[in-house]
Amino acid sequence: MRKFIKGNEAVIVGALYAGCETYFGYPITPASEIAHSAALLFPQRGKVFLQAECETGAINMIYGSASSGKMSMTASSGPGMSLMCEGISYLAGAQLPAVIVNVQRAGPGLGNIGPEQGDYNQAVKGGGHGNYKAIVLAPSSVQEMCDLTIKAFELAYKYRNPAIVLTDAVLGQVMESLDIPDKELTPPTVSDWAVQASKETRNNLICSIYLQNDLQEKHNWLLDAKYASMDVDTASKNYLTDDAEIILTGYGSSARIARSAVDALRAEGIKAGLFRPITLFPFPEKELQKVSKGKKILVVELSNGQYRDDVILHLDRKNYVPVELVNRMGGMLVTTEAVVTAAKKLMEADND
Amino acid sequence: MIKKAEGFYEYFQRKDGSKTKATHYCAGCGHGIIHKLIAEALADFNLQDDTIFVSPVGCGAFCYYYFDCGNVAAPHGRASAVATGLSRALPGKVVISYQGDGDLGAIGFNNAFQAANRGEKFVCFFVNNAIYGMTGGQMAPTTLPGQKTVTSPMGRDVATDGFPLKVCEVFNQLEAPVFIERVSVADTKRIMKAKKAIRKAIKIQQEGRGYAFVEILSPCPTNMKIGAVEAAQFTINAMEATFPLGNFRDRSAEPPLVANKIPQKELSELIVGSSTAEADTSNFTAKEFKFCGFGGQGILSLGLVLANAGNSAGKNVSWFPSYGPEQRGGTASCSVVLANQEIGSPSVDKPDVLVAMNQPSLEKFAPTVKKGGVIIYDEQIPVEFDLPKDVSVYAFPAAKIATSKGVPKAANTALLGSLLALDLIGLPEEVVLAALADSFAKKPALVAKNMEIVETAKAWMKDNILS
Repeated sequence: MRKFIKGNEAVIVGALYAGCETYFGYPITPASEIAHSAALLFPQRGKVFLQAECETGAINMIYGSASSGKMSMTASSGPGMSLMCEGISYLAGAQLPAVIVNVQRAGPGLGNIGPEQGDYNQAVKGGGHGNYKAIVLAPSSVQEMCDLTIKAFELAYKYRNPAIVLTDAVLGQVMESLDIPDKELTPPTVSDWAVQASKETRNNLICSIYLQNDLQEKHNWLLDAKYASMDVDTASKNYLTDDAEIILTGYGSSARIARSAVDALRAEGIKAGLFRPITLFPFPEKELQKVSKGKKILVVELSNGQYRDDVILHLDRKNYVPVELVNRMGGMLVTTEAVVTAAKKLMEADND
Repeated sequence: MIKKAEGFYEYFQRKDGSKTKATHYCAGCGHGIIHKLIAEALADFNLQDDTIFVSPVGCGAFCYYYFDCGNVAAPHGRASAVATGLSRALPGKVVISYQGDGDLGAIGFNNAFQAANRGEKFVCFFVNNAIYGMTGGQMAPTTLPGQKTVTSPMGRDVATDGFPLKVCEVFNQLEAPVFIERVSVADTKRIMKAKKAIRKAIKIQQEGRGYAFVEILSPCPTNMKIGAVEAAQFTINAMEATFPLGNFRDRSAEPPLVANKIPQKELSELIVGSSTAEADTSNFTAKEFKFCGFGGQGILSLGLVLANAGNSAGKNVSWFPSYGPEQRGGTASCSVVLANQEIGSPSVDKPDVLVAMNQPSLEKFAPTVKKGGVIIYDEQIPVEFDLPKDVSVYAFPAAKIATSKGVPKAANTALLGSLLALDLIGLPEEVVLAALADSFAKKPALVAKNMEIVETAKAWMKDNILS
C-alpha cells in the first residue's frame, strides 16, 4: 500500500513498525509533526506518548525509558538538539539504545525554521561531552524517513548505542509516496542488561560513571572498539558513477539536489555521478574511496563545509583528488543550476 | 557505620570491589539513616524485585552501591525526568527518585516540579541539608539567610541570593501530588516520624496511587565544618525555623486518578494507504510544477490535489511547500513533481508549468519557467513587467469563474480546470477529479460545486484558447 505522506509523519510510521514503545518529546518547528503523529497514534497502540517540559526533560525520560529496555525515541531540531546533547552523551556512556530524530533547521542560535545541514558535526562528531559516537543515518526521501527510522532502532539495539536520524526541514515538510512496511517488528529481549523491576534484572545497573581513571579509560577503549566494529554496517548509494568523470556527493536533501544536477549534467553530455552516504557514522569510507578514485569531487551541502571536511578526511590520502564545495546556508537551498555551474567549473580546472 | 538493613546488598562491592560493609558517607551525615529507612521499607514490603532506584548526582550519586534492587544513575538534576521515563515505561512498578537540594532545588527544579504536576507515579525523596555536599560546600537553594558557604562566604544575603526555597510549600500548590511531607533525621524522635512518612510514600507506589514527595532535613557536618552533634542541632534549631516539619498533604485514602481509556487499533487500521496502484514504469516525462499566490488562496491545496492524483496513478510524487524569503509578505508557493523515475530535488527551480495567483509571485517566478513551458495566471493580476517570450502564457479568469459560481475562494479549482483543459498534468482526468473530490472529504457538500467550476473552466479554455 502506498500512502502520500509528510516526511515527519513517515518517521512515526517507521517507529510503529519498528516496535517503538515510548515517545518523549518537546515541540519545535520544523520537527513538530513527528510529535503530533506520535501523540495521535502511540496511545491507540497502547504505547507511551508524553510531551515533556523541555528537551532536557525529554532526553532524560528517554534515558529512563531506554534503561528499561523499551524501544524509546524523541525528535527535535536546532536549539532543542543542543539541549539534548548532554543526554545523548549519557546514553552513549551508559550504552543505552534510543533513537533521536534531528530535523535540522538553520542556525546558529535561534536561526530560523528553514532547512540547513549545520548540525553535521554535532551529530557525527559528538556534540555532547566525552569520547563517544552516535550512529547517524541520513534519509533522503520520505520513504527513507520511515525505513531508516526502522534501521536506526535495529542498529541502536545491535550496538546498545544511541542512533540519530539526521534529516532536515526539506525532508520533514515534503510529502511523497510511501510504501508502508509489510510487517511490525517485535522489540528485542534485553533482560541481560536492562533494569525492568523484575527478579531477573534486579542486579542490573545502568550508569556511566567509573570513578577510577583506569576503569574509565577501559570503558572508553571498550566503546572505541564498539564504534570501530560498526564499520560492517556502513551504507551508501551510487547513481551513475560507473563511467563518471566527476562525483557529486551530498547527504539527505542535498543528495536530492545533486541527483537533479547529475541528470542535468548528463543531459549536456558531462559524465557526472552521485555518491550518497546513508550512514554518516559509521562513514562509508571504503565506498567513497572506491567510487571517487581518480575523479574530481564536488560536495553539495547546506552548511559551511562540515560534510566536505569529512569527505576529505575519508579520502585515500595516497591518491589525492580535488574536492570543491557548493553550498548555501540560513535556510536557502542550493539550486540545481548552481551545482551544474560548479561542476562544470571544476571539470574545466587544471588537474594539477 | 549504620547497622545493615534488609534491602541493602550484603557487601557493597560496587563501592570498591571488596567485601566492604562501610558506606562512603561522612560521620554524622543523614544520608545513611535515610538509606536505611528506605531499604528497610523495600525489604519489609517485599518490593526489591519490583523496584528501580534512581540515583542523582551529589552525595547520593552512589546509592546503587547499596540498594539491592534495580538501579539507574541519572545525570545531575534529571532524576525526576529519568524516573518519569522509567515509570511510564514500566507501569505498576515502584520507582524511587532520590535527590539532593542542588540536584532538585536548583539545576533540576523544573523537571521535579513538572513531574509532580503531572502526578507521575514515583516517589521523590528530597534530601535537604542546606548546602552542597559532593561539590564541596557551596550555597544551595535551601541555604539559610546569613549562612556561610564557600560561595556565600559573607553569608547568604537574601537581597542578592534570594530566600531559601521551600519545595514542599511550592509543590503543595499543585493539584496532582498525593502525598507531601517534610521530615527530619536529626534525632531519634524525628527519625521515627521520617520512617513513617518514607514507608507511607513507598506504600503509595506499591498501590499505584500516584506521586509522593518526602523532603528530609538532614545534617551535613563536613561541609558546615562543625561537629555531628552541632550539625544535628543546626538542623533542628535553625533549619526547622525556615522549613517547618509536618504533613502538607495526604490524599492516599482517596481513589487515584484514572486515565481515559483509549480504544486500541491494529497498525493496519491506523496507517492506511491511499493507493494500491503499482509503481508506474511506463514512459512518462517528468513534470515539474510551481504553484504560487497569496496565503489563503488555496495554492498549497491545489498542489496537493495534483500530488495526490499522481500518487493514485502510481507515480513518484513530491509536494514541497516554499521556504525562504518568498514565504514572507504573505506569499506562499509549493513545488510539485510527478515522475516515473526517482525524483531529484523536490524544490522546483525551473518549472514546466507555473500557476500564479498574485502579482509578486508571477513577477518573481515567470523568468524561471523552462523554455517551451507554460504560465497560467489569473487575468486580474496587473502585468507591469515583461513575461518571457519563449513560453506559452495564458491569462485566465480563475477568480471571475469561481465568483460567478458563488464560491470566490475556489479560484484554485478553476485553475485546476485550466490545467486539465490544456492537458498539462499528464494524468487521466478521472484520477485528478477523484483527488479533487477527496480533498473535500471533510466538506462533501462542496464537491459538486467544485466539479462545476472545473467544467466551466474547461469550457472557457475550449472557447477562448483552444478553438
